[in-house]
Amino acid sequence: MKKINLFPEGSISKVIGKAIVLKGDDIDTDRIIPARFLKCIDFESLGSQVFADDRKELNGNHVFDKKIHEEASILSVNSNFGCGSSREHAPQALMRWGIRAIIGESFAEIFYSNCLAIGIPCVTTTKQQVEDIQGIITKNSKEFWELDLRNKKLLGSKNSWNVEIEKSTQEMLLNGNWDATSELMSNDLEIQKITSSLPYINNFSN
Amino acid sequence: MSSGTLFDKVWDLHRVSQLSGESTQLFIGLHLIHEVTSPQAFSALHERDLKVRCPNRTVATVDHIVPTTNQNRPFLDPLAEEMLTTLERNCSKHNIPLHGIGSGKQGIVHVIAPELGLTQPGMTIACGDSHTSTHGAFGTIAFGIGTSQVRDVLASQTLAMSKLKVRRIWIDGYLNHGVYAKDLILHVIRMLGVKAGVGYAYEFAGPAIQRLSMEERMTICNMSIEGGARCGYINPDDITFKYLNSCPYAPKGDAWDRALEWWEKLPSEKDAVFDDEVIFDANEIAPTLTWGITPGQGISIDERLPNPNTLAPSDRQITLDAYSYMDLKAGMHMKGLPIDVCFIGSCTNGRLSDLKAAAEIVKGNHVAKGIKAFVVPGSEKVAKSAKAIGIDKVFQEAGFEWREPGCSMCLAMNPDRLNGNQISASSSNRNFKGRQGSASGRTLLMSPAMVAAAAIKGEITDVRTILNPHANH
Ligand code: SF4
Repeated sequence: MKKINLFPEGSISKVIGKAIVLKGDDIDTDRIIPARFLKCIDFESLGSQVFADDRKELNGNHVFDKKIHEEASILSVNSNFGCGSSREHAPQALMRWGIRAIIGESFAEIFYSNCLAIGIPCVTTTKQQVEDIQGIITKNSKEFWELDLRNKKLLGSKNSWNVEIEKSTQEMLLNGNWDATSELMSNDLEIQKITSSLPYINNFSN
Repeated sequence: MSSGTLFDKVWDLHRVSQLSGESTQLFIGLHLIHEVTSPQAFSALHERDLKVRCPNRTVATVDHIVPTTNQNRPFLDPLAEEMLTTLERNCSKHNIPLHGIGSGKQGIVHVIAPELGLTQPGMTIACGDSHTSTHGAFGTIAFGIGTSQVRDVLASQTLAMSKLKVRRIWIDGYLNHGVYAKDLILHVIRMLGVKAGVGYAYEFAGPAIQRLSMEERMTICNMSIEGGARCGYINPDDITFKYLNSCPYAPKGDAWDRALEWWEKLPSEKDAVFDDEVIFDANEIAPTLTWGITPGQGISIDERLPNPNTLAPSDRQITLDAYSYMDLKAGMHMKGLPIDVCFIGSCTNGRLSDLKAAAEIVKGNHVAKGIKAFVVPGSEKVAKSAKAIGIDKVFQEAGFEWREPGCSMCLAMNPDRLNGNQISASSSNRNFKGRQGSASGRTLLMSPAMVAAAAIKGEITDVRTILNPHANH
């Protein structure tokens, strides 16, 4: 198994690396990580199991099995990627395989926020541009790419593209507070206020 | 931007603060947890030495991995046993109530919370499971979250979230005999597509929705996620209140009266503004089933499978993929297609009314030769109520297996699974490649009554021909 880079941490403004293309619309989280691999109490072993069934079917010819993509960290997908189950095991498996950013036409919502919660930006662009980008990656898998989150750009060796990212996602990644726990916990007083104002928590007596 | 909708009202009541960026910190009124998506969240909590902020607003059960035949502990599958022990340990460490096997309250998380009366109008509900949308049937904002967010809710009872837009899906008319809530939602998803809901909450409304029972409403909201919407809801009304009145955890006495007064103020206002609106006519819906590998690839029993060339260009490739995976061809009818396995259960259609509807078809008939058919009640309570009226016997006499409650072959994390490229008629909610436990297994989603019809005929059958043998279909 290849060497895994450090997991995302702190402020994330750029992702630089080789890219890999996974074609297809509506790729669901059952395919990204089949349910039998969810029988675990940690995420550690998921990296080698990503796309397990698809890879088995293709007998070593799946993009995630090809040696030339071994170091890829930017994944290019098509539309509605990550639909279906809310399992965070899906982005965790991709991350543990080595993916650090995903570019596609559109993403399913829970998948998108699960990615953000572990520091993996999902950025979007038009169908046409996705296809152009995928064409270039496929032609030259050795090329290095840079995803610049501050300026919302994807830079290749010869071209650059504008990409979209939700403003709140962008800010959370840049500020390094995509791991929301501490920020959420810091508003304790406001949480208490809400707790005492909600009728169903107070036996409907307020 | 929407205003005056139930979604807006409930959202505003639960807003804690504005976070950096544009997301809101939202208070979660009820946090449901289960064995699959919580262990890593608890580990993260323990790593940071954090406590569960509101154990009394957290409820656990075990559903995904439980075997449905022999539930004696330890489970035969050591991994399943380890997951359950871990949940038990975490719940006891943090004083979280766990409705375990044999408690009389165990079952699929989206079946038990409503039947216990834990799910109530006006709440925000989160659970590490995408079908949390089910609880929207009571007029709640309920949505699935990932494990990192489970950790956030455990630690703070809140979540960072961007507000959704609201699309009203208005359903006029009446559902025809032999057409069920499942057909309705499969129809809506088929018409709008599986991506249409991204960024939206779905409000289901209109005369056909108002006539639905609570269990039917849960079937509808359950599959909002298959339409891409993270949450779906129905405005609470007398049907909602009547259902809740008999539930153990619903407010009692004076508190009930005060609750009612509050709940009645929650529905979307007459002049509410929606970000989008679509209208359907229930009368036009026939029994509907999926034929492909996404829940949007549905068809009515009367139609032929589409010719890819007549579809929108963006749908062509996935249609071809589906035909090749499912071994089907354009122009075919689904009616008459032989099947191998029949599964009645899941959080979509594993409730008492679902089992009753299927039993009505099964009664006096027998499962066709060579077909494996089984019923998995959604909860211990469903199982008990079904037994009390003898439904278990109806199924068993017809050759169905009657199992213990759990998720079972909806996602096949327990021993219930398809083999090879078996094809199943299933009352569950997902037909993705490999979903039912075999990498080449094939799933056709349909109503429990249609599954029952398929079981006794051994092939896809128009349930109306059994309900009403003399009509012309
Ligand atoms: S029944 Fe199926 S969809 Fe529902 S919670 Fe269980 S696995 Fe998920």
